[in-house]
Amino acid sequence: MVEFAGWDMPIQYSNMRDEHTAVRQRAGLFDVSHMGRLEIAGPGADDAVQRLVTNNVARLAPAQSLYTMLCRDDGGILDDLIVMKSAGQDAYYVVVNAATHGKDVAWMRTHLGGGVGLDDVSEQSALIALQGPRAQAILQPLSSADLSALKPFHVARQEIAGVATSTSYVSRTGYTGEDGFELFVDSAAAPALWDLLLSAGRSEGLLPCGLGARDTLRLEAGLRLYGQDMDETTDPYSVGLGWTVKLDKGDFIGSAALRHVKESGAPRRFAGLRMAGRAIARHGMSVLCGDDVVGEVTSGTFSFTLGYGIATALLRSDVPSDAALQVEIRGTRAGAEQVPLPFYKRPATT
Amino acid sequence: MADLSGYRFTASHEWIDSGSRVGITDYAQQQLGDVIFLELPEVGRTLTAGERFGVIESVKAASDLYAPVGGRVVEVNDALVDAPEKVNSDPYGEGWLLRLEDVDATGAELVELAAYETLTAAH
Repeated sequence: MVEFAGWDMPIQYSNMRDEHTAVRQRAGLFDVSHMGRLEIAGPGADDAVQRLVTNNVARLAPAQSLYTMLCRDDGGILDDLIVMKSAGQDAYYVVVNAATHGKDVAWMRTHLGGGVGLDDVSEQSALIALQGPRAQAILQPLSSADLSALKPFHVARQEIAGVATSTSYVSRTGYTGEDGFELFVDSAAAPALWDLLLSAGRSEGLLPCGLGARDTLRLEAGLRLYGQDMDETTDPYSVGLGWTVKLDKGDFIGSAALRHVKESGAPRRFAGLRMAGRAIARHGMSVLCGDDVVGEVTSGTFSFTLGYGIATALLRSDVPSDAALQVEIRGTRAGAEQVPLPFYKRPATT
Repeated sequence: MADLSGYRFTASHEWIDSGSRVGITDYAQQQLGDVIFLELPEVGRTLTAGERFGVIESVKAASDLYAPVGGRVVEVNDALVDAPEKVNSDPYGEGWLLRLEDVDATGAELVELAAYETLTAAH
C-alpha cells in the first residue's frame, strides 16, 4: 500500500504484469474512489461551467460527458477533468484528480459565481472502474442498463442485481485505453459491488488491479497524468491537448492567453519515445539531441503489451519530429526514437 | 521454498550462498515487482563489502545493489539480460546475479536466515 493524495492505495494486488495483461486481454477492476466527484448545479450553471473549462460543454446532450482542461487565466492547466451533463438544465457532475481535488473545489467556488452551487459528493460516493474487452460481458448480467446501447462518454442510471443503492450510474469511460465502464455508487454499497463484480468476473479472468497497472495502461494508451505530464506551468497545446480547447465557443477563463499560445505557437511539444534497451526513462530525466538538452521525460515505463520501454517527453518545439534523441538515465545515454501517440491502440471491435 | 541452508543475507536484501553466488532476496523481489532491467558489473571487477555494484530496475523503481562481501566478480548471470523476470520467479536460483571469488568478508554484515526474516517481518 502507498499513500496517494491522502488515500491508502494498493500499487498491486497480485503483480503489475498480470494485472496489466488482464485488462488488455480480459478485464480488470479498479477502485478509483480517490478521484474527486463534484455536483455543480443551479441557475446559470450552464454558462458558469462553460466559462470555467476549455472544452465546449454546450454541445453535451444530457447524460453525455467530455474530457476537458481547467485552466488559469494565463492558460496554465489546473487540472484535467471529466464533465458530465446531468438530465436537467444547469446541472453537471464533474470528476477531478485526487491530488488537485481541494485546489479545484476552491477555484471553482471562486469562479462559478452566485446562484451556482458546488456539492462535493466524494465522501458519500465511490467510483469503481471495470475495464477491458470482457467488461461488458461481466457487467451486463448485473446491470439494468442496456450497455450495448451505451456509447463512449455516455452515462446511464442503473440498478445492480443484489446491490442496494440509492444512486448508481454507469459511464462508458476509463483510463486504460480499453473499452470499459466507471460505476458511481453510494460508498455504503461499494464493498458489495466490488465483491459482486470480482466473483462475477472470475470466469472471464477478471483481476483486481492497483495503481501500478493503472499507470502502465494509461501510459501505453497515451493518456496524460496530471502532476506528471502537465501542471500549472504547462498549457494544453504544449502537452498535445489543444483539441480540448475550443476557442470559438466564446470567452472562458484562460481563453485570451490560450488564443495567444495557439497563434504564436506553443513553446514545447509533447512527444512519444520508444526506448532502445531496457532501462526505464523516468519523470524528470533529461532528453538530449546531440549534446543539447532539448526537453525532459514526463512519464516512462516498460510497456508490458509492446515489450519495450516507452516514455513521453516535453520537448522544445523546434526539435524536428524525426530527430534521434537520447535520454540520460543514471549517467548513461539511452537511445530514444520519437513515435506517434498513443503507443497502444486497442483493436477495432467487430 | 528453496533450500536456503548456506545462504546468508544483508540488511539491504542481498544474499550470498556457500558457492559465493550473489542475488537478491524473495522479499526484495516482491517489493520491487516486475524486474525489467539489471545493470551488473563487468567480470573481473573487484568489489568491497557494501560497495554499490549495480542497479536493479522494476516498473516501480530503480534500486541500487550492494555487495554482501568483498571479492572479485568471476561470473555474471547473462541470462538475465533477456529474462530479468527470473529474479522474480526464482530469486534464490535462476535469478542469481553474479559469482565472486577471492572473497573478503572484511566489513561485511551478514545475518542468518532467521535473523533476516525477523528483519523483514518488522516491515
